[in-house]
Amino acid sequence: MGWFLKFLNSSIGKKFMMAVTGSFLIIFLVVHLIGNITLFFGASAFNAYVLTLDVIKPLIRVIELVLLTAFILHIFNGLKLWIENKRARGVTYKINGSPENSDVFSRTMFLTGSIVFIFLVLHLATFFWRFNVHDPEGLANTHQYFDIVTGFFQIWWYVILYIVAVLLLGFHLNHGFQSAFQTFGWNHKKYFPLVQKIGTLYAIIMALGFASMPIYFFFFYGGNQ
Amino acid sequence: MEAKKLNLTLNIWRQKSAGSVGSFAEYKVQVSPDASFLEMLDEINNTLEAKGEEAIHFESDCREGICGTCGLVINGQPHGPLPKIATCQLHMRNFKDGETIWVEPFRAKAFPVIKDLMVDRSGFDKILQAGGYVSVNTGGTPDGNMIPIPKDIASLAMDAAACIGCGACVAACKNASAMLFVSAKVSQYALLPQGQPERYIRVEKMVKVMDELGFGSCTNTYACEAECPKGISVTNIARMNRDFMMAKIKNKEVEV
Repeated sequence: MGWFLKFLNSSIGKKFMMAVTGSFLIIFLVVHLIGNITLFFGASAFNAYVLTLDVIKPLIRVIELVLLTAFILHIFNGLKLWIENKRARGVTYKINGSPENSDVFSRTMFLTGSIVFIFLVLHLATFFWRFNVHDPEGLANTHQYFDIVTGFFQIWWYVILYIVAVLLLGFHLNHGFQSAFQTFGWNHKKYFPLVQKIGTLYAIIMALGFASMPIYFFFFYGGNQ
Repeated sequence: MEAKKLNLTLNIWRQKSAGSVGSFAEYKVQVSPDASFLEMLDEINNTLEAKGEEAIHFESDCREGICGTCGLVINGQPHGPLPKIATCQLHMRNFKDGETIWVEPFRAKAFPVIKDLMVDRSGFDKILQAGGYVSVNTGGTPDGNMIPIPKDIASLAMDAAACIGCGACVAACKNASAMLFVSAKVSQYALLPQGQPERYIRVEKMVKVMDELGFGSCTNTYACEAECPKGISVTNIARMNRDFMMAKIKNKEVEV
């Protein structure tokens, strides 16, 4: 295992770690979005979806552990890389020419990632904590999952934060998707432009998909009658 | 007919020595639009020397874009605003009359400033010494074309070998990463049959030295490719990533 840890400690290894954990999170988001779409089909559909997840709870717990590991590694490794990369240029330029040679998505990964992280903490505190920690048995009997979610989507500041965070998540994914391919060494002029387009399409679908829920429930949903 | 001269304000980084604190000095110049950027600096230096002041130190050699010695960050961009040229090939006609231009040295912890606009790029030499070669320990000169190499592979290797080692990739990268340079040097051998025996040990050795020298790591912004005077492609970085992973899986522990 020594060689593997040494690999992960090299500059390319750290990138590899970001790409592997990022790829897992990219797949997780697809599953998460598909599940959340049940919100649009009303209270019974969403509650049934949450209760289905409850039935396969042991499996879900295992996936959650993998997910937690991926998040922790992605966040801490990203933070470490950011600090190291800042140190690699002690004196900065007077004139910043980077808008001329690179896109804004690639240059703001730390910023967009940090805001998504703040949102993630709040997101877990609101939904994950209520569904799993704070009286889960009571919730399972009363079927209030839908009411809790739509209730938060009536709070204007929560809706704004949610939308800003998922749009910035889209920024993060737009760079992250194609960047993972490059890090794994899968870049050929024949197919890489397609990879970049798929990445952008994926990022747009994720951002708009997740943003559509708070927008719909804030503006168009009549409230919990 | 001689073209009308341009009036320019130059803010040039002046720093006495490696350890001292530098600052920008302002120079107002009148320069022919046909002059190259380095010729303009030569003119400024002539005036400075005539006044008994110390000349601005900058590096240059061939002045035709093939040696990789020159390299200034002009208005935030290594080798200036035009793509695929070195600073010596940048002409003043690309600037507007009355423009203010900021001239800085390449900035990276691994490229410490020696004086004014001169930086120490010997880190690149150390990376090359670690593995940027093919060991041929015996035999006479082989005949040309003895080893068949497909044209497209030869072209890719040639494109990678076009790197002049100027360091603009490091200067452009927001992380001061040397990945484009190292990957070009790794690729030029990894693509050819002659480079195969040392393919995986080479990439391990070169990346190790690159990391030790304090270059940042790659975050795939591709700023390096955009600023490279030779247009070296970031597909070389992908190839190096691939080879490095394969090396770690295949190779025994390497002590460099």
